[in-house]
Amino acid sequence: MSATMSGDGRAASAHVGRSLRRKEDPRMVRGRGRYIDDIAIPGMLYAAIVRSPEAHANITTIYSASVKARDEVVAVFTAEDLVEDFAAPMAMAWSPPGVEIHTPENWPLKRDQVKHVGDPVAVVIGTDRYSVVDAAEDLVVEYERLPVVVDPERALEDGSPLVWEQFGTNRTHEYKVSGGDIDAALAEADVIVEQRLVNHRTAGAPIEPRGVVADPRGDNFTLYSATQIPHIARFILSLITGIPEDKLRVVAPDVGGAFGSKLQVYPEEALILALARRLGRPVKWIETRSENMMTAHQGRDQINYVTLGAKRDGTLTGCKVRIVADLGAYQLLLTPFIPELGFPVMGGCYKFQAIDLTFEGVFTNKVCTDAIRGAGRPEATYWIELTMDKLAAKLNMDPLELRRKNFIGKDEFPFTTALGITYDSGDYEGTLDRMLERFDLDAFRREQAELREQGVCRGVGFSTWVEVCGLAPSRIVGPQGVGLQAAFWESAMVRVHPSGTATVFTGTSPHGQGLDTSFAQIAADRLGIDPEQIEVIHGDTDQGPWGWDTYGSRSLSVGGEAVARAAEKVQDKAKRICAALLEAAPEDIELADGKFRVRGSPDQAKTMAEIAGAAHIPPQELPTDIELGLEATSAYDPENFVFPFGAHACVVDVDPETGKVKVVRYVAVDDCGPAVNPMLIDGQIHGGVTHAIGQALYEQVSYDADGQLVTGTFVDYALPTAAELPSFETDRTETPSPVNSLGVKGIGEAGTIAATPAVTAAVLDALAPLGVEWIDMPLTPRRVWEAIEQARGGVTR
Amino acid sequence: MSTPVTVRLHVNGIEHQLEVEPRLLLVHALRDHLGLTGTHVGCDTSNCGACTVHLDGRAVKSCTVLAVQADGAEVTTIEGLAADGELHPLQEAFWNDHGLQCGYCTPGMIMAAAGLLADNPNPTEAEVRRGLEGNLCRCTGYHNIVKAVLDAARGKGASVGAGEARQHAEVTS
Repeated sequence: MSATMSGDGRAASAHVGRSLRRKEDPRMVRGRGRYIDDIAIPGMLYAAIVRSPEAHANITTIYSASVKARDEVVAVFTAEDLVEDFAAPMAMAWSPPGVEIHTPENWPLKRDQVKHVGDPVAVVIGTDRYSVVDAAEDLVVEYERLPVVVDPERALEDGSPLVWEQFGTNRTHEYKVSGGDIDAALAEADVIVEQRLVNHRTAGAPIEPRGVVADPRGDNFTLYSATQIPHIARFILSLITGIPEDKLRVVAPDVGGAFGSKLQVYPEEALILALARRLGRPVKWIETRSENMMTAHQGRDQINYVTLGAKRDGTLTGCKVRIVADLGAYQLLLTPFIPELGFPVMGGCYKFQAIDLTFEGVFTNKVCTDAIRGAGRPEATYWIELTMDKLAAKLNMDPLELRRKNFIGKDEFPFTTALGITYDSGDYEGTLDRMLERFDLDAFRREQAELREQGVCRGVGFSTWVEVCGLAPSRIVGPQGVGLQAAFWESAMVRVHPSGTATVFTGTSPHGQGLDTSFAQIAADRLGIDPEQIEVIHGDTDQGPWGWDTYGSRSLSVGGEAVARAAEKVQDKAKRICAALLEAAPEDIELADGKFRVRGSPDQAKTMAEIAGAAHIPPQELPTDIELGLEATSAYDPENFVFPFGAHACVVDVDPETGKVKVVRYVAVDDCGPAVNPMLIDGQIHGGVTHAIGQALYEQVSYDADGQLVTGTFVDYALPTAAELPSFETDRTETPSPVNSLGVKGIGEAGTIAATPAVTAAVLDALAPLGVEWIDMPLTPRRVWEAIEQARGGVTR
Repeated sequence: MSTPVTVRLHVNGIEHQLEVEPRLLLVHALRDHLGLTGTHVGCDTSNCGACTVHLDGRAVKSCTVLAVQADGAEVTTIEGLAADGELHPLQEAFWNDHGLQCGYCTPGMIMAAAGLLADNPNPTEAEVRRGLEGNLCRCTGYHNIVKAVLDAARGKGASVGAGEARQHAEVTS
């Protein structure tokens, strides 16, 4: 790694850049994590939710009397019982200027109609975990079925059943983004490729399902929730329940994975909080896996119509895309926005004269889509990369040469795209070169040819990806910008205690990313103490300043930068105190080797412990104009997004007799700026790539024509296991971002964004000799086998 | 609710006598009755393995065992794996190798790996991967879990000094 560090903060680097073991782990490997279902409060009641078995129906009668009479049942509530308990319906946070988005009222329990399987219609409260489930199962609800639509393109046709009659259409909205003259750009092209691609529906599927515990204490409430967004949840739940923000504390305990599926304010959170208020007792609800598959928001579910134009020599001209996005039956927090979230990088790492994007949202009788790891950007990488491969084939060019010809050059940054988006920094050739050094394409092609002689179908696919993350510059994405009714700056508070240890409070809310460790590394370098002496506190609205939580690969580049800035404020004050103690000028104090010392006189030095002691119990020589205590707060609002990038290669073997695909090698070279903790970066890439391999090969949320969920458990929804995967080969280049002082970019979603086209392209490469040109994901044995048979002119379904 | 029955469980070396419903799952006996919340529940169908414990020395999914079936048996949970406060080599290796992120699957994964190594002390990578097929992880892509199990098997679990993991290995296949 050849990163050069510069600037005061980074020059002192002792801990940043090292693969420190995680501070989080000792308790977790002992089984001492504290997840939502581990929380028990005296007097706590359990809730079970009665859910619709129908995809679209009128609720005609709910028979709750016999269930209410049971000893173990404390109460049963339907929507009618709770009319006074909610001040507002569930929230949707996107209101783009000049665009109307059909947004039906969405209350925590459904009163008249249900719109998808799993819609909640009643809740049973009781004293025992098992008996509330019994009661909920025995509660009888009568429904009158209504017509169902599950296919988004069918839903747009005239005469389709309507999910919401009042809008007269299933089209939720249309949103356009364009830059340059697309008609001229495509007219100028010598070659045009058009491709329809399907980014099918997937589940977040964290191994911990959702859960909520609400604890009332008089007029004050604590809501524990397995959430990524405790701060946003408090703000919105306060509006929904009418509980003032100052009387509502939201705590995210250890969260057992989220992947975007817990970036939501869910009906169950509002419901359980309102019931705890109503009953004056703590209430717990823990989701089952089947409920999670039915009711946690899902991801992707887009159909992409892509047109690329290029000159004969491969120079790209224009990129035109229509995106049909299946949003499901309601609008949750960011449901209509997620397809659009990828728009700043639609066009990839390539230079286009013009880009033209049209997004159409569609209601169907399915659970809502919303953010799932990558959120709009995996879809965009999938269509641009695979369509580039198609274009290369049509131009009879090597696909990597076509990419190189159109890369934004490393000297062209900051680069403003046709859409007016400014990419911060990049070296796309650099990551591709590094990846190919590791991969050795010539050797691979020789091996591939030999294997083909033996009847083995081996293929390679590539993805040169870029993404946009670090959400986000508040004025760009806020109400008067893109139209989110929110802001996305981030806070940190650094407090040095009298003994010289420190606590860092962050407004982000990690759930596996390792920020307890990486943020301690950042603070340690600036405070002159060891990361072991720093605790990082997060996920509790009663501790530390307001924050905007964790999603969109923002925690390090926005939240970490806030930590650095707060720690530097503390460092400045520590230098002033040190100067007073040593009778030196503050500008002569430097932090080096873990000590604050006089430049040129290293013997004249104070430790942070000595300075912190003086800050809290002042000696006479400390001037009275230095405010006592030693803590500082920072609120950092970035000026731009950050744009990580990389080059991936996937090698697969395909069994032509069974259609089974096996990933045999995966090489990932990524660039997220200077590494804070390389081990954590690798871990994020491993997990992200696996998530994408899952989407490409195994995972698909399926509904039948009646809107019944076919993939309601882990039996039917196939997550990748260790047995399907190889070990991964990872490497990095480090191109600093000019956006923040750490130079860092996000990496949490990168693997998921990068990998689906590499896997798909590898399968297509393996099957090219058989004449297979296209297969839609997921590349299950059946689909692959059918494609092979079709190419051979044989049987098809 | 049916008539409670008495079960005796020897959990992590301590004997407990519980009055439970016959249908009570072992995982709920451990979590809700004994407060051993390190054993987790992640699915309804015995696919995820987050609830893996040892029953008379064999790794089992405790969501698929009734408490009454464990009557008189020796149960070891993640809380009982570390002896005398020292981390078990697998726990140490998971820490060293970044074998966990959110940590939710980790107790079950470690207990399953301990079962695997008891049966096969020197597994190949392929044997580890096949052996952990019944435990799902959504965070790590299994790469560092497999590495940790192999390292623990090779006695590398406790070989790393405090604080820093092995230097970043650029190619870790």
